[in-house]
Amino acid sequence: MSEQPIIDVRGVWKRFGTVEVLRGIDLAIRKSEVACIIGPSGSGKSTLLRCIAFLEAYSEGEIYIEGELLGYMLDGGKRIPASDSEVARVRRNVGFVFQQFNLWPHMTALENVAAPLRLARGIPREDAAGRARRMLEKVGLAHRAEAYPSQLSGGQQQRVGIARALAMEPHIMLFDEPTSALDPELVGEVLQVMRDLASEGMTMVVVTHEMGFAAQVADKVLFIDHGKIAAAGSPHEVFRRDENPRLRQFLQNYFDRNVFWQNAGEAGIG
Amino acid sequence: MFDTAIIIKSLPMLLGASVWTVIYSLTSVAIGFCIGTLICAMGLSRSGVGRAVAAFYVSFFRGVPLLVQLLISYYCLPLIGLNVPSSVAAVGTLALCTGAYLAEILRGGFLGIPPGLIEAARMVGLSRAQILTRIEVPLAVRLTLPALVNETTMMVKASSLISVVGVLELTRLAQNIATSTFQPLEIYLTAGAIYFVINGAITFLASLLERSFRVEKAA
Repeated sequence: MSEQPIIDVRGVWKRFGTVEVLRGIDLAIRKSEVACIIGPSGSGKSTLLRCIAFLEAYSEGEIYIEGELLGYMLDGGKRIPASDSEVARVRRNVGFVFQQFNLWPHMTALENVAAPLRLARGIPREDAAGRARRMLEKVGLAHRAEAYPSQLSGGQQQRVGIARALAMEPHIMLFDEPTSALDPELVGEVLQVMRDLASEGMTMVVVTHEMGFAAQVADKVLFIDHGKIAAAGSPHEVFRRDENPRLRQFLQNYFDRNVFWQNAGEAGIG
Repeated sequence: MFDTAIIIKSLPMLLGASVWTVIYSLTSVAIGFCIGTLICAMGLSRSGVGRAVAAFYVSFFRGVPLLVQLLISYYCLPLIGLNVPSSVAAVGTLALCTGAYLAEILRGGFLGIPPGLIEAARMVGLSRAQILTRIEVPLAVRLTLPALVNETTMMVKASSLISVVGVLELTRLAQNIATSTFQPLEIYLTAGAIYFVINGAITFLASLLERSFRVEKAA
């Protein structure tokens, strides 16, 4: 384990008006760690991930990405919002995968991956296309390069979404419920790509309802409830721990599905 | 009675003038599209000043008749020392006016874009200007194409108004020929037919464009 966390979340609060969505989150992710964030809907887990990407501005606390303060600048001890370009600079090594894929519908799969390389990185058209093609190959979609998003299945769209993020050569990948919008039979192909990524040593933070994935792949599982980290630890610790009644109740919903038991059984849990 | 010879005789001249009609109207739509995009972006921005400017702009150019706008620019520009050719002033006025309408049309398109598509662009490091030109505008155009085409055909017709400030285009020339030949019916019918054909061509080209967009949607 390296010394400095690659993501360092310190005392982060997030308020929407008077609603407190995050209430003092502390979290440190080290290089090559895979952290899965679980929790009931409305618990703030997606908001936390969006704050780490600064898609939402957090209200209080600090988030450091590779040692750099995200979203704010210190001006003589006072905190002021950072400019768009400064935010973009700090999170240049952060990739984000969305629940709804968010591919640009007027571009082919290849263009979705290549356009950011050209526009944000200034890579010449030919090189960008070549790199985009390799990324699509990596997620098993080289043969669908010329298809538009609407012509792809949900699982394929999500893999293009992952390829688009990976093409920027991020150090950190954030996944916001990447399989929640998918038909059950398409979940596996996306999880497989994520597994491969984890085994290559990518630092990943995954908000997910896939307990099997969390059990097998995560180094760290965080249970978020009412805007706080209510339980954290290795999958083994979190899934076996039952002193927290909210966690027990949350997990019970998954125990009731035998799918979880199969996966957990393979991972030596349960 | 109805004289077809005069039609045949004046047709080449009228067609020549209709080239100007096409140039003036399409140029003003092209410039107006850029103005409309900017006004629309201001109207949707977080800045209160931007929104106020955009609202005033749209209400002014929608609230004042285009003919009056043309006359104002025709008589006022020289007063403030701007001696531009009347054709340039007229195209500028048409562009400003259609910009207001295009801003309103595009607003619906911009609001119809899922916010996640913009977030995805931000996350891969696209600048605000790149997001506008590469993501938002192309998608807004796709969402509002029929209304944009409608506005373009309106502008082809509205360009006839610039005849009153002495700019030579189809209507102006038709007026000239009509008064010198005393056969207004034939001439204006011909002019009308030419407008009809121009707008027919625009609508046809737009339908081709729409079909190419449909490729992106077809499963």
